Order: sequence, then C-alpha cells, then structure tokens
Amino acid sequence: MIEWFTTVTVVVAIVAGLAAVIIGLAGRPPADLTNGAIVVVEVLLVVQLVISLVSPLFGNYPTGSGLEFWVYLVTATLIPPLAILWGLLERNRWSTVVLGVASLAVAVMVYRMYQIWFVQLA
Amino acid sequence: MTTTTSTRSSGLGRVLIAVYGLLALAATGRSVYQIIDSFDHAPLAYSLSALAGVVYIVATVALVAPGDTWYRVAWITISFELLGVLVVGTLSYLDPILFTEKAVWSFFGRGYGYVPLVLPIVGIIWLYRHRPSVTVDAGSDAATATRSA
Repeated sequence: MIEWFTTVTVVVAIVAGLAAVIIGLAGRPPADLTNGAIVVVEVLLVVQLVISLVSPLFGNYPTGSGLEFWVYLVTATLIPPLAILWGLLERNRWSTVVLGVASLAVAVMVYRMYQIWFVQLA
Repeated sequence: MTTTTSTRSSGLGRVLIAVYGLLALAATGRSVYQIIDSFDHAPLAYSLSALAGVVYIVATVALVAPGDTWYRVAWITISFELLGVLVVGTLSYLDPILFTEKAVWSFFGRGYGYVPLVLPIVGIIWLYRHRPSVTVDAGSDAATATRSA
C-alpha cells in the first residue's frame, strides 16, 4: 500500500460521494458526471488492488492482519459496480444518492485499510 | 412525492436499502473475521455482532421483497435492531469490559458512526409511512388489487 495513493483514493471517494448525494438530493438522476465519478473511484480501487498485490514483493507488508485487509479491499471493489448497476435499473434522484452513499462507504473502507496496513493498534 | 409506488424498493427506500445492505455487509464480514481471529477477546460482543449482521441481512431482504409478510418481517427485524442497539449500547457504558468498541452495537454503534442507532429509527418511520394498508390515496386501484389477496 502506498500512503499518498491511499490518501488520494479517500479524498476522491469523499468528494465524489458528497457530490453525488448533493446532486441526487437536488433531483437529478444518475448522469455521466455522477456515474463517471464513481467509475474513477473504482479505477483507483483496482489500482490499489494491484499495488497491494505487488507491495509485499518489495518488502512492503501490512502491519495488521492481511486477511482483514483483503476482505475490505475485495468488498470495496465490488461496491461501485453494484451501485451503478442498481442506478441503471431505476433511474431517479435516489439512485444518485445511492451512488454517493456507496462512494462514501468506499472512503471509510479505504481509510480502514490504511489503518490496517500502516497503523495497526489492536 | 408525485408518484406513488406499491413496492418498498423505490424512491427514498432505495437509499435506505443501500445503507442497510452496506451495514449488513460490514457487520457480517467484520464479525466473521473477528470470530475467526480473536473470538476469546470479546466472545459476547462478537457473537452479538454476528447475530446483528444476520438480522441486517434479513432486514435488507425484507425491505426489498414485496408483500405483507415481508413487511411484517421488516418490522420485526428493524425493531429487533433498535432494541439490540439500545440494550447493548446501555450495557456497554455500564460495563465497558464486557463489550468492545469494535462490535456493531457497542456504545450505541459509535465504532460505526452511530449508523446502527440512527438506521432502525429511520427505518421504522419509513415503514410506518409506507404501510401496505394505507399505501395511497391516489392510484388506489393498484393498492386495493393487491390488498384483496
């Protein structure tokens, strides 16, 4: 795991999440902007996945539980596609809010992954 | 509120279901890991977290599935969650050693941003406002058709 990249992921996920919640509450169904933002989050997660796979080869190990870390990462990677899919099934303002909630959940999960990798206390 | 729908999985309900789904995922996933990894640290708290996780899954399904039976299941599971978070939340403040911060209901869900406390309250309000018997005033033909069963 790379610290600055993880920070970028969390920030992007929070911004994309808040934006989608606000745009959704304003009454807009999912559009290119909101779907695109969560696609960016997904791309960052996939890159994170690759980084985390490769890191141990370079002596960069998680300080906490590897199993817990991977449960978080795999789950987080599944969330954006599900949110987009659900938004395609019924397009209304609440689908946009769901995109935002999903993105914010990803932000929390990546933050937890950061803790597990870098500052495991318990 | 221009359109009225007969299912619980549309409109604002979608957001509720999404959040329930995420909490179900978080609680179940984490408690399974905790039970595998360190059950002895807090057996009661982790067992309750696992139970909470399963109830969240059932609640999510009940919110998505149509029909009066599932509506009742949604009421039962969501009430159970509210009861759980209130009882365990209170107990964890009275006896902090018994429960760990990392369990879903401990300290009223503090470790989960108090979502476990807020969600059942929102859920109950939402269920109350979407009672199958009082579904709609307008467009009542669809509602009465489903009620006749």
